[in-house]
Amino acid sequence: MSELDLSSMLFALMLATFVGFYVIQNVSRLLHTPLMSLTNAISAIAVVASILITGEQKTLFGTVLGAVAVFASMTNIVSGFLITERMLKMFKEREPRA
Amino acid sequence: MIEFVTQLSYLAAATLFVFSLRWLNRPRTARNGVLAGVAGMGLAMFGTLLHPEIVNFTWIAIALLAGTAVGIPLSRVPLTAVPQRTAISHAFGGLAAGLVGTAKYSIWLGEGELTAFRTGAIVVEVILGFLTFTGSLMAAGKLQEVIPTRPITYRGQNAVNLALLTVAVLAGVWVVLDPSQSWLFGVIVGLSLLFGVLLIIPIGGADMPTVISLLNSYAGLSAVAMGFVLENQLLIIAGALDGSSGFILSVIMCRAMNRSFTNVLFGAFGQVQTQTAAGEAKPVKSATPQDAADYLVNAQRVVFVPGYGMAVAQAQHRVREIYDELSKRGIDVKFAIHPVAGRMPGHMNVLLAEAEIPYEALVEMDEINPELPQTDVCVVVGANDVVNPAARTDQSSPIFGMPIIDADKARVVLAIKRSMNPGFAGIDNALYSAENTLMVFGDAKAVLGDIAAALRAEGEGKAAA
Repeated sequence: MSELDLSSMLFALMLATFVGFYVIQNVSRLLHTPLMSLTNAISAIAVVASILITGEQKTLFGTVLGAVAVFASMTNIVSGFLITERMLKMFKEREPRA
Repeated sequence: MIEFVTQLSYLAAATLFVFSLRWLNRPRTARNGVLAGVAGMGLAMFGTLLHPEIVNFTWIAIALLAGTAVGIPLSRVPLTAVPQRTAISHAFGGLAAGLVGTAKYSIWLGEGELTAFRTGAIVVEVILGFLTFTGSLMAAGKLQEVIPTRPITYRGQNAVNLALLTVAVLAGVWVVLDPSQSWLFGVIVGLSLLFGVLLIIPIGGADMPTVISLLNSYAGLSAVAMGFVLENQLLIIAGALDGSSGFILSVIMCRAMNRSFTNVLFGAFGQVQTQTAAGEAKPVKSATPQDAADYLVNAQRVVFVPGYGMAVAQAQHRVREIYDELSKRGIDVKFAIHPVAGRMPGHMNVLLAEAEIPYEALVEMDEINPELPQTDVCVVVGANDVVNPAARTDQSSPIFGMPIIDADKARVVLAIKRSMNPGFAGIDNALYSAENTLMVFGDAKAVLGDIAAALRAEGEGKAAA
């Protein structure tokens, strides 16, 4: 992983928060439950860090904790995306009357 | 070269995540949002697996398979259990953050690589991660009713909680100053786990929408902290998206209850009021499902107000049957959705969508309220505090000032309720004893089924005549 300095990380945080606020404020209230399950799956991006720690195998302790973290994140990814899709499929428009 | 591919995949993933949320704005494009999210996650994982520092894939593969095996059944829970599932996934998110932080601390401690900055970021990550872990487990327990849903309070509760957090933060500062004090790290982990439990114990079921949103935000923030620990911008960006989403939802929930964050977290709702109005039983009028059906067929505009009771009774499909019968007769039927109805943001919308009620019929509180005075029949299904007129009129009521759905302004109110027991917050509801209210007592699913049957019989009678 390339070394980043503190200020570029803070910039990323600031911009992403700004984009997040802007985008999420426009999400229809109808979809707040799917929104939560989708953001949940996205924040399971922690899987990236967990995979690295597990794969580096620097210490047994680190590897074990990393593997559990991979498991927890993967659970969130799979269940988060699947249940969001399942819920969204149910939102239907009124059928046009014949 | 590989490094470059990895970075490129992270950049694409971050872009896809933003699009994913952008497409979720409207039901029409929402499913593309899921696809974008999946693609982003796939790319990010692919880019990570290319990393040359990974020397062994066995553990990774086992953990990924195990996570998939647990994740699939977790995505198939009944929709009434979605709040619990969400709380559990926040718990997993917090756990992952806490574990990664702990692993990094121990590895860097061994290598002598712990800088003050790294340690500080790890401490923040671990505190947020582990408190989200136990806090979300407690929330899930309350939602599943394994743990009593009433607020559990004791004298000096807030002081104890604050003291615990202060000690954890002080221990954190000490570790930053002297990273070799690994016993302090254990103290921080223990206190964070304990703090998560104590934070949720005093919070009642009616406040769950806010609490779930807040825990969502914490889970995101712990991912941000993890990004700072590992100097990874993708983690920071994805975590910030999750964190701001949770924050916005909590603000919406708080506003919908006219309460502040501090009040939700430290206020212990529903304790104060328990003794009021004991003994003064106001007369209520009751009606049979047949009476209710008669009122409904003679109406032109009908508004349903669903609440947590509908979810508990799994009554949404019966609601749909009534919706069909009434729509067939040309009666205008809408659903008034209060932001905090149910146990998580958007809970009612999902249940009604499951029953295949078109989403155009689901109307937000602010839009439906001006229509209620022109509404002939308002059917309250398992909602209580969100239709309590005391929020408008009674200054002594704990819910005074909370925006409500003005069900009482409809010409006739049909309130379907198991018994006259007060609602979750233990607050008397004047709606039930109002002049224009008829109580239909019984299990919501059974009562609504009877009403639907009466409507069908009426329809067939007319067809025969």
